[in-house]
Amino acid sequence: MSGTGLEIRGLTKRFGGLVAVNRFDLAVAPGEIVGLIGPNGAGKTTVFHLVAGFHGPSEGLIHFDGVSLVGLKPHAICRHGLARTFQLVQPFAGLTTLENVMVGAFNRVGDVAKARVRAAEIVDFVGLGPRRDTPARHLTLADRKRLEVARGLATEPRLLLLDEVMSGLNPTEIEAIIGLIRRIHSRGVSLLIIEHVMRAILALSHRLVVLHHGEKIAEGPPAAVARDPRVIEAYLGEAVEETR
Amino acid sequence: MTWLFFQAVVSGLLLGGVYGLVASGLSLIFGVLRIINFAHGAVMMLAMYTSYWLFVLLGMDPYLSILVTGPLFFGLGMLIQRVIIEPNRAAAEHNQLLLTLGVALFLENLALVLWQGDFRSLRVSYSGASFMVGDVLVEVPRLIAAGGAVLVGLALWGFLRTTDTGKAIRALSEEPEGARLVGIDVARIRGAAFGIGSACVAVAGALITPFFYVAPDVGESFNIMAFVVVVLGGMGNFLGALAGGFIVGLAESLGAAFLPGSLKQLVVFGLFVIVLLFRPEGLFGARRGR
Amino acid sequence: MGARVLLALGLAALVAVPPLLPKYALEVLISILFFGYLGACWNILGGYGGQFSFGHAAFFGIGAYTSTLLLLHWNVSPWLGMLAGGALATAFGLFAGYLSFRYGLRGPYFSLVTLAFAEMLRVVAVNWKAVGSSLGLVVPNRGSAPAMFLFAEKLPYYYVIFVMALGAVWITRVIERSRMGYALAAVRENEDAAEAAGVDALSTKLRAMAASSFLTALGGTFYAQYFAYIDPSLTFGPAISIGGLLPAIVGGAGTVAGPLLGSFVLTPISEVTRALLRGRAGADIMLYGLILILVISFLPNGLVGWLRSRRPGAERAA
Repeated sequence: MSGTGLEIRGLTKRFGGLVAVNRFDLAVAPGEIVGLIGPNGAGKTTVFHLVAGFHGPSEGLIHFDGVSLVGLKPHAICRHGLARTFQLVQPFAGLTTLENVMVGAFNRVGDVAKARVRAAEIVDFVGLGPRRDTPARHLTLADRKRLEVARGLATEPRLLLLDEVMSGLNPTEIEAIIGLIRRIHSRGVSLLIIEHVMRAILALSHRLVVLHHGEKIAEGPPAAVARDPRVIEAYLGEAVEETR
Repeated sequence: MTWLFFQAVVSGLLLGGVYGLVASGLSLIFGVLRIINFAHGAVMMLAMYTSYWLFVLLGMDPYLSILVTGPLFFGLGMLIQRVIIEPNRAAAEHNQLLLTLGVALFLENLALVLWQGDFRSLRVSYSGASFMVGDVLVEVPRLIAAGGAVLVGLALWGFLRTTDTGKAIRALSEEPEGARLVGIDVARIRGAAFGIGSACVAVAGALITPFFYVAPDVGESFNIMAFVVVVLGGMGNFLGALAGGFIVGLAESLGAAFLPGSLKQLVVFGLFVIVLLFRPEGLFGARRGR
Repeated sequence: MGARVLLALGLAALVAVPPLLPKYALEVLISILFFGYLGACWNILGGYGGQFSFGHAAFFGIGAYTSTLLLLHWNVSPWLGMLAGGALATAFGLFAGYLSFRYGLRGPYFSLVTLAFAEMLRVVAVNWKAVGSSLGLVVPNRGSAPAMFLFAEKLPYYYVIFVMALGAVWITRVIERSRMGYALAAVRENEDAAEAAGVDALSTKLRAMAASSFLTALGGTFYAQYFAYIDPSLTFGPAISIGGLLPAIVGGAGTVAGPLLGSFVLTPISEVTRALLRGRAGADIMLYGLILILVISFLPNGLVGWLRSRRPGAERAA
């Protein structure tokens, strides 16, 4: 994939007196899978909100393939090739699975028939084929998570931000998602993943970045980061969700 | 010119007191139930008719009728909430709004059917009483209405601060989940809040019958005023509503003094739109965001 | 396919039967289609866009006054004046819509703001001598002048509103199946998720506003030509704002057939009530209030939603 990928430098976000994210640097090169981990409340989802345009940064720059994303509305950022999922799934409850994904497909395609074809392909790709015409409100949690991913994928992103896509899933479902993420990656999509399911993130990531109280405390290959005493200490103050 | 200004200020503050009471009822309902009660003005109108008929048929002084209308419309409010609103509390926000609109349409037109659209007015011995403060005319019934409204408003504020039910109402309006967890009977409190809000607007109605006309559509204008005041004062902010009432009353009155025809309404609506757009949490801040 | 046959029969009846109807029945039918039309216009922004406007009378009034003033002052045919009214209403709608959506007004706050805008226009009209103030404007009735949107009989007016209603319904259907329809549904269901999926929420809502306001204004011109008289409270008042949204809600907001179906149910009820309780103004609206409460409580998806849920294997029609 062309482009320089995601580049975040000095990202800071203050909410009143609270500093949620502090001078955060991060890069995701094309083709990488980067895991963003840290205890609850570390600011990970805030970083996603900032990158995807739902909040404006107090300071810092966010570049994607050379284009500055700061100040752009979320839909414009999506147009640039960066898609995200939400920690609490946000389906279009009254629409069917296929229709949900079509909304994303319209990001690249203007024609309804073509969007339907694109969306159908992606619905099958994520394994929701049998539920194609089910209204989203009737989907199980695991399926809604897939739907969320499918919708993001339909926008044809170069970088996909996944926010705790495995939370609330049982071990079988988690395995399936790991497989899906690998298949997405093989299609040429880079990934930035927030996750608490440690074994999954350790297995998937090329690189881990650890956030604690809004600051980066470690970065590197998964195995090294997992052994880093600062990381372990940060997590000791908080229950770590391994596999159940 | 300055006389006109001061006269307008006095008139505005006097009517503003009433607006404040009407709006605090609306604000209370919003704070606890998170709905904008479109039927608020209709309840006020019915209360005014009640005072009117009590006066015409039984010779009861309108201020005395408050002892009847207050509890009566507290009950009606609770009934409406229990029967119509509570069963639909999980419905979409816009649907709940439409529910109160339905109640408003029903009540307003019930009055129209029962009593026709004629303007009625209630004249008591002191309806025309007034005195001068310098060059400014102060009409006694308006003064009593404003004073009464402020008194009731403050009494209510005291109620909210000191009694168990009042504290439960405040808890529910600030922290619904927490309130539930500490065992507050949420359904009962929601009913009480709607009842109290309705009682407020009923008392306001009774207070103005000595000098305001009574007709099925009288509630509509107060409804809109109440919305403006509540937005200005901050949704769910009880004292803010009382204060906002004075501000809106002043704006309307000054508009009436210096603008021709009924253009004063533009001043009020203009203020409304501006606050909604630029400071939707109100001048004094709302309990929760929009 | 039974539904298609029924629809065809119904359309055929609506075309062939009216010339045979007595005057009163024809008037009621015109009324039904008129409110069905208004409902369909409102539905584009309200039902499909999820933005519940309580002030659609603003656009209606702009349409009515624009075409009438152009007629009275410059003898412009209302057929053209209609388009001018539509353009002006659209401009106002985009202005009000941009302000509201840009500043993030949603839900009841949006409803209140639209109510305020309609009321402001009404107050302006009441106080503006040039547009007739509260006395309003009279459309001179010179018998039959089709080119000037003036007919001696009621029947031609019926066919005009019939075409308009059909047109509004057809436009709704086209929008629903188009890319814009999907964008509207997404924004209505979950605006943040829609944005994240690449949907420009502001632009989508504004486009719905433009279509809705333009079409509503055309209804204003029809009203002016049909009744030959307009005034601020008739055209900018709650009767039109609520009269438009009720059929859509009762019939089923966000559906193609909803507004017309709602009007076919509500309007006759109103007419019958008024006929039975002659002299008791307000009885019909009282009933409307009750029906609204009942529909919201028991049929929250309107009549169309209810009918669909009774079909075996019911699913959202494409």
